[in-house]
Amino acid sequence: MKPPPFQYAAPTSVAEAVELLGAHADDDARALAGGQSLVPLMNFRLAQPAYLIDLRRIEELTRIRTEGDTLVIGAMVRQSHAEHAPEIAVGAPLLAEALGYVAHPPIRNSGTVGGSIAHADPAAELPAVVLALDAELVLAGLGGTRTVAAADFFTGPFSTAIGSGEILTEVRIPRRAGGHAFVEFARTHGNFALVGVAAVVELDGGTVARASIALSGVAPVPVRATAAEEALTGTVPDDASIRAAVDAAVAGLSPAGDVHGGRETRTDIARSYLRRGIELALSRAGDRR
Amino acid sequence: MDRHDVTLTVNGRTSTVSVEPRKLLVDVLREDLGLTGTHVGCEHGVCGTCTVLRDGESIRSCTTFAVQVDGAEIRTVEGLAKGAELHPLQDEFWDKQGLQCGYCTPGMLMRACEIIEGNPDVTHDQVREGIASNLCRCTGYQFITEAVCAAAARMKADSAETTGAQA
Repeated sequence: MKPPPFQYAAPTSVAEAVELLGAHADDDARALAGGQSLVPLMNFRLAQPAYLIDLRRIEELTRIRTEGDTLVIGAMVRQSHAEHAPEIAVGAPLLAEALGYVAHPPIRNSGTVGGSIAHADPAAELPAVVLALDAELVLAGLGGTRTVAAADFFTGPFSTAIGSGEILTEVRIPRRAGGHAFVEFARTHGNFALVGVAAVVELDGGTVARASIALSGVAPVPVRATAAEEALTGTVPDDASIRAAVDAAVAGLSPAGDVHGGRETRTDIARSYLRRGIELALSRAGDRR
Repeated sequence: MDRHDVTLTVNGRTSTVSVEPRKLLVDVLREDLGLTGTHVGCEHGVCGTCTVLRDGESIRSCTTFAVQVDGAEIRTVEGLAKGAELHPLQDEFWDKQGLQCGYCTPGMLMRACEIIEGNPDVTHDQVREGIASNLCRCTGYQFITEAVCAAAARMKADSAETTGAQA
């Protein structure tokens, strides 16, 4: 199918974009980033916005910069650009690794970092990554900007804290020490994942000083495996402590089943991929000592 | 009706078309510019037969509105051959039976073009992984991979010859 008619504008500043969004709020105006989720939805008429505000001409949203210990990624940075950007390889290697799992290169050449986060697909990689990294999301509206912690950003499947009339402009990621890992299980690489695991583990003299673990695909929103983080922290990691952490994480899960896998299958996959993620992050943390 | 002028340089030729914002790039290529080599498949970015190059990078022209690529350089399957001389990729697809039914071919060729141009020393495994973005429902991936590898080797040899001749 093809999308129904809509009006279109491509403003060159954030101020102009939020003004247009506000002026056309009654028309179900939507911001358009790379369009790799929105355009398919529109082709199938599952989304029918009457007004699209294309953010592609807003220069300031396409930059990556470092502010002290914080990596600041413009919402319109393309995924393929971010995947290979040296600043991200240094400042947020977990994100770089996860980007390699986002669909396929032709999609990543158009898809943006901010677009994927704002779309908030429960199975998507980037929401779990920003959650694990305690990132902050900057939202701009007519009244100015506000910052929302990733932990408060995802409110439901495909739902976020972005208010009517607001756009996501920046992703702010604090630099983290330690080893990282992103692993996921999908039926084939590039498909939507059944389970994804984002982990960062910091060691201090062989003891886990800090662990951050988030999962995708197991709940309506990406979730932090807080119980696993607590179980790991303070231990000298070995088979038993990793198993305890995985058990703690899985105990709190009740993933919804669908045609791709039932609750038990997804829980089993989560168990297996949590272990892989934690072990890989630990091995990389060890390398850096 | 809301219409926008979109200027595209397709295979080196610049045209301006007046389109509704909802018109997909693939439909502008096929209907407004008469370039029907690019195929429409799934219309949600999964199959890849609509793949074209935008400023040298592969994109899905079925999940891209033409207004989104105003000012861009687009390369389609029609831009591969030089007159009657087939591009090495086309030649090898022919020779190695990489076409099968031909439906996925335009997308496969453009994705392969990006892979080879980005990495002249591409390995067999990298080609297999690289073309995973595109579906061939004849499942002729083996022949396609062989064709892409053969084309890569030929293009590398040709470029070495050119460089040698200039030296």
